[in-house]
Amino acid sequence: MTRPANAITRYTTVNRINHWINAILFVMLVISGLSMFHPILFWFSELFGGGQWTRAAHPWFGVCMVVSWIGMFIQFWRHNLPNRDDVEWSKSIVHVVANDDEKVPPIGRNNAGQKLVFWSMALLIPILFVTGLLIWEVYFGKATSIETQRVAVLIHSLCAFAAILVLVTHIYAGIWIRHSVRSMTQGWVTPGWAWHHHRKWFRQVIGYRRGDDTPGKHP
Amino acid sequence: MSDLQSQDYVRRSASTMTPPAARNVEDQVAKLIDVSRCIGCKACQSACMEWNNLRPEIGHFEGSYENPNDLGPSVWTLMKFAEYENEQGNLEWLIRKDGCMHCEDPGCLKACPAPGAIVQYANGIVDFISDKCIGCGYCVKGCPFNIPRISKTDHKSYKCTLCSDRVTVGLEPACVKACPTGAIMFGSKVDMQHQAAERIVDLKERGFAKAGLYDPPEVQGTHVMYVLHHADKPSLYSSLPDKPHISYLVQAWKGLYKPLAVAAVALAALAGFFHWITIGPNDTTEEDEAEANNEIRETEEEQVP
Repeated sequence: MTRPANAITRYTTVNRINHWINAILFVMLVISGLSMFHPILFWFSELFGGGQWTRAAHPWFGVCMVVSWIGMFIQFWRHNLPNRDDVEWSKSIVHVVANDDEKVPPIGRNNAGQKLVFWSMALLIPILFVTGLLIWEVYFGKATSIETQRVAVLIHSLCAFAAILVLVTHIYAGIWIRHSVRSMTQGWVTPGWAWHHHRKWFRQVIGYRRGDDTPGKHP
Repeated sequence: MSDLQSQDYVRRSASTMTPPAARNVEDQVAKLIDVSRCIGCKACQSACMEWNNLRPEIGHFEGSYENPNDLGPSVWTLMKFAEYENEQGNLEWLIRKDGCMHCEDPGCLKACPAPGAIVQYANGIVDFISDKCIGCGYCVKGCPFNIPRISKTDHKSYKCTLCSDRVTVGLEPACVKACPTGAIMFGSKVDMQHQAAERIVDLKERGFAKAGLYDPPEVQGTHVMYVLHHADKPSLYSSLPDKPHISYLVQAWKGLYKPLAVAAVALAALAGFFHWITIGPNDTTEEDEAEANNEIRETEEEQVP
């Protein structure tokens, strides 16, 4: 669909490029990492040219991802600062899941679930990076004791597992809330979408002053 | 190192299928190293290099008889020299031939993520199948004895093969062949245990009251065993582990967690799918657009007085 005249920009071009670089790297990390996690998934390594290539490439994907994630963090951290609405929204999580949106309080640019995805990644990615360095055999195999590496590899796999669950949730939420994928591929949402899902953000964007909640400022 | 007949495998790394186990009468083999008879001549080291065509790089003198300083991708066995002052104040020179212990329950094999890169033969030998090795270093973390070494050149892991290529054609390992004092012996595990028992009686008569066999039960026994004069304190022998076991961290990582984590990820994806087909997508309606447009209009009217 071509961008309608009244569309609202949700993600800038830089936002989107950064997000998709991040997403591609993340998926490559998940696939290559899982191939070394459980033998039932070892065939994933064929996608990267075999086991040796997968082992060699995985840490480099990780390094690129950290750089990309720093960009994501700088661009999005402000949108994910917690506020009172998050408490109210979280209390009505049952209605959120059941699509009973009339019973869900209006929220700003991001809901508590989106913020949770952001902060989970903000926590997990640095841990994955540091523990990953410790078990990067080629460069750091001798840098720390074997015992340290055992701890690191266990934490690395636990955090990766948590990050994959967050990723699955994130992807499904994108599919479930129709047209949110388009907001990240083409950058815009319709006024109705913004009104429905992020009413306070919508009112802030258009400079709406009436209504029962705090008046927003014109951007 | 070498790939014997696949029917000989009793364990195979990162494999969800049970390897063939038809050959169930094969003798368990063992190498017995009688530390009390070792003179530290390093003939075993030379023989290992010779048979396996290994030439480690020339290193530096570090003030010890150990040469080279550590096991390496081309150093599969190494004489370790420990100076121990006993209770009587006498010096004992404890020399131990270090190398893979060929555990009955191998930690390296448990940790390895590459299918078939580490195997155990029916005779008990644990072998690295190099063409399947991906160089991740997980075997290093799995090993309770700090044995595997990853090559910087080809990024593959190496260790003693117990001369599996020689053993399979009925020869003894090269180090056994070369030992001038008969301190290294090779045969069926049972025979080696008998041999050790006789020697231990002998050692006890000679005043080594704590002499004994090192065949640690924590890894279900090993296929390389030591006769130690101080079997109560294995760590005297250049940090031979007193109670070697696969690290609990590795067991946690490679235990139930592994299949449960994969199942949990699959279930999370399935949960999403069933949410989609039961509750369904959350779409924006015409009414939403109308409400939004109303608010936009109201705002514009307010701004243009």
